[in-house]
Amino acid sequence: MIGLAHYLIVAALLFVTGIFGIFLNRKNIIVILMSIELMLLAVNINMVAFSVHQGDLVGQVFTLFILTVAAAEAAIGLAILVCFFRNRGTIQVEDVNVMKG
Amino acid sequence: MLSENLTIVLPELLLAGFAMIALIFGVFAGKDKQAEFILFATVAVLAILALVVGTRSEGTHIAFNGAFVDDGFARFTKVTLLLGASIMLLLSREYLKRYDLMKFEFPVLIALACVGMMMMVSAGDLMSLYMGLELQSLALYVVAAFRRDSLRSTEAGLKYFVLGALSSGLLLYGASLVYGYTGTTVFAGISAIIVDEGISMGLLIGLVFLTTGLAFKISAAPFHMWTPDVYEGSPTPVTAFFATAPKVAAAGMFARVLLDGFGAAVADWQQILTFLAIFSMFLGSIAAIGQTNIKRLMAYSSIGHMGFALIGLAAGTQAGVASLLIYMAIYVVMNVGTFAFILNMERDGRPITDIGALNQYSTVAPGRAFALAILMFSMAGIPPMLGFFSKYYVFAAAVDAGMIPLAILGVVASVISAFYYLRIVKLMYFGEDIDPLTGRMPLAHGIALTASAVVLLLGSFVQMFGVETLAVQAAASLFN
Repeated sequence: MIGLAHYLIVAALLFVTGIFGIFLNRKNIIVILMSIELMLLAVNINMVAFSVHQGDLVGQVFTLFILTVAAAEAAIGLAILVCFFRNRGTIQVEDVNVMKG
Repeated sequence: MLSENLTIVLPELLLAGFAMIALIFGVFAGKDKQAEFILFATVAVLAILALVVGTRSEGTHIAFNGAFVDDGFARFTKVTLLLGASIMLLLSREYLKRYDLMKFEFPVLIALACVGMMMMVSAGDLMSLYMGLELQSLALYVVAAFRRDSLRSTEAGLKYFVLGALSSGLLLYGASLVYGYTGTTVFAGISAIIVDEGISMGLLIGLVFLTTGLAFKISAAPFHMWTPDVYEGSPTPVTAFFATAPKVAAAGMFARVLLDGFGAAVADWQQILTFLAIFSMFLGSIAAIGQTNIKRLMAYSSIGHMGFALIGLAAGTQAGVASLLIYMAIYVVMNVGTFAFILNMERDGRPITDIGALNQYSTVAPGRAFALAILMFSMAGIPPMLGFFSKYYVFAAAVDAGMIPLAILGVVASVISAFYYLRIVKLMYFGEDIDPLTGRMPLAHGIALTASAVVLLLGSFVQMFGVETLAVQAAASLFN
């Protein structure tokens, strides 16, 4: 029987994968965008699992909001990325280094 | 019922409606030809809304089943952030024109960010909090990268986006755990459950994630990494905007979540906030010492100031929240003046951000140098400037709450930070002779600089223009 705990574990694993994807990834900024998406979707699994477990709809409504915002966020992220690429000619993570920090 | 709810959110609705109309108008009326008109219209709308919000009925109004709260706290924060945004937008006009950035999207995006910020400080539910936060963040990512042909600006936008999205993710994960362990997303409900059942392990983890996400937004150390780069890379008007309204909104949101939602678990989040406050104060003070770029310096300064402001919140008392509000209001005044100056730092038509350019500035423009010196003294917290009193209130709140070590560390950090503020004063009055700045200062900037210097110098003699009383009343509305 698959219970709440299983869903939470999957979500936690995906979330941690997303965070590591942002911090350990040394290659491409697109991968960072994918990691961000992974984090948000992990949260969605959490929300839906809790929502069903409690028989309360609020969590699923929240999920829809998150999905919508995630789409908008990805659009803006890609737009900024395109602008950056035009100026820099590369989207390697290690090349995002004009300013130290 | 619906009409009552709509009346309560009327200011937000008006601003959102205005932003959309301005966007459509801008597109149809010949793009950037109308940019200046839209900018002035936005300035006026923001200022009028500040007036409307400030003079609206007293008391607490709750709309949409608790998702939106309009109380004294929200009104105080909204007035501060709207006025800050309005003045900063007005001041940015000259710079945008001078450096060919006058596009009609700019005021529209600022207006949308303001809607988001108003939502943030009025949120009574994790969902409306998230929506407000994202509306603000998405607009700010875009303005950070507003100079599309500049590598620095786009890089700033990219970094801000990645770290902002990460922090939203952390905040959401926290929100999901809070929802899971309390069964509700409304702050009042969360608070009621904590009172009844105490705070469980899952809820505590949720609270930690939530706090982390919020700390990112307020740029408290150790979640400050984006701040220096974004401040340095963004066009100066954008930096100026970042330093005012969004900081106020983030601080307001922080206080709202912790006290409305987790007010019954003060002891649990007090430790986190104490840590954030100490780390931010010292990092802000020490890391700024080596900076030569004034925008980067202001970034570290803002990290430090957020640390001081968080002391007030860490106290977890009504006086603490009042001191946080006073701190943020004075912080906005200081930043308005300082950035009115920074916006005009240029030599031969090119913007200069190196503080070495301030050498001997007092001989070039004694009046401006004197005003900036007052601002720097105020930032450093030297009496009788208002900056001293803002720090005094947060330290007093911490001492009253029994957190004497925190207050002592705060004083130490404040002394360290005085070094780099006073260095600017030293450069202006006793620096070496080099190429002076040749920037002229438009009237609006001169007025903003003078006015903020006068307010900071004389504010303490006129009871801070009543801001103190208002802040105390505003804080009281969070505690009943």
